[in-house]
Amino acid sequence: MAAATQKSVFLRGLRDGSPFLLVAVPFAALFGVSAMEAGLSLGQAMGFSVLVIAGASQFAALQMIVDNAGIALTLLAALAVNLRMAMYSASLVPYLGAAPMWKRAVAAYLMFDQSYVASLARYEADPGMSLASRASYFFGVATAIAPAWVISTWAGAVLGARIPPEAALDFALPITFIAMLGPMLRTLAHVAAAAVSVVVALALAGLPSGAGLLIAAGCAMVAGVLVEERLT
Amino acid sequence: MTDTQIWIVILALGAGTFLIRFSFLGLIGNRPMPALVLRLLRYTPVAVLPGLVAPLVLWPDATGGSPDPARLVAAFTALGVGLWTRSVIPAVLAGFAALYAVLWLLSGV
Repeated sequence: MAAATQKSVFLRGLRDGSPFLLVAVPFAALFGVSAMEAGLSLGQAMGFSVLVIAGASQFAALQMIVDNAGIALTLLAALAVNLRMAMYSASLVPYLGAAPMWKRAVAAYLMFDQSYVASLARYEADPGMSLASRASYFFGVATAIAPAWVISTWAGAVLGARIPPEAALDFALPITFIAMLGPMLRTLAHVAAAAVSVVVALALAGLPSGAGLLIAAGCAMVAGVLVEERLT
Repeated sequence: MTDTQIWIVILALGAGTFLIRFSFLGLIGNRPMPALVLRLLRYTPVAVLPGLVAPLVLWPDATGGSPDPARLVAAFTALGVGLWTRSVIPAVLAGFAALYAVLWLLSGV
């Protein structure tokens, strides 16, 4: 019974994660194409998508490699892009912190914007979820995305397929992130946090990659709590 | 960069990214966190996602960084439908529909 339940929760995650293929497939294929154009080997392109498995930072690193920026600066720029995931990691603690170490390690490897946001939305909507179910759901969402990410990188690198600019797939990522955001704006405090995030991020857009976003996110969290206190 | 240097970047970035993701989840585990921290963290998704997409919406790379009516309409449509239906998939579909509709309308001008 318990195993069957875990399987259905996993499948639910898989289903909820599948719309994100709309983003992952073209984004990863584009990375494969760009990596080959930048002179990387197929193995190196795959190395990025398997070992780093974080799209925006892969592109940031690739850009720095093309610009001949040196190892230290390349790492700094690409890691800065990923720092937001430390916040994701912290906010998952109340939900997954009690899981066995190996599950937490696998969840860390599979922590993407999409798997994180979809899972957190589910955890908040269903507070009675068991620890095992929370992990199964997370792995379900991630399983919808991760293999496609790796395979599409390979396809992009090998086939070199060009995605026509008319498809405007550059905007698939913003659209899905905004679509995830709408249902999460449940209270005035959430709306205030989102508004502060937008204003501060735009004001600090000139800062090096990732830095402005971290400051914006910090301000937004404080704004959320302050508004929550005013209202209660 | 040489082949070896690129591999160093890949391995170090892979390890560093994993450590960022693992950080709190791995090290804090089951220990309790301060109540204020927990309250702040509840706003993480709505604090990160808007700041992540706002520059992409306002200054898209595809148009050389100048605001684009189709992308702006698509962004607000996705947000509006997401707020209205409280679900992600209709919001994604509506966003794409708006994007292509406005791109098509403007291409005829």
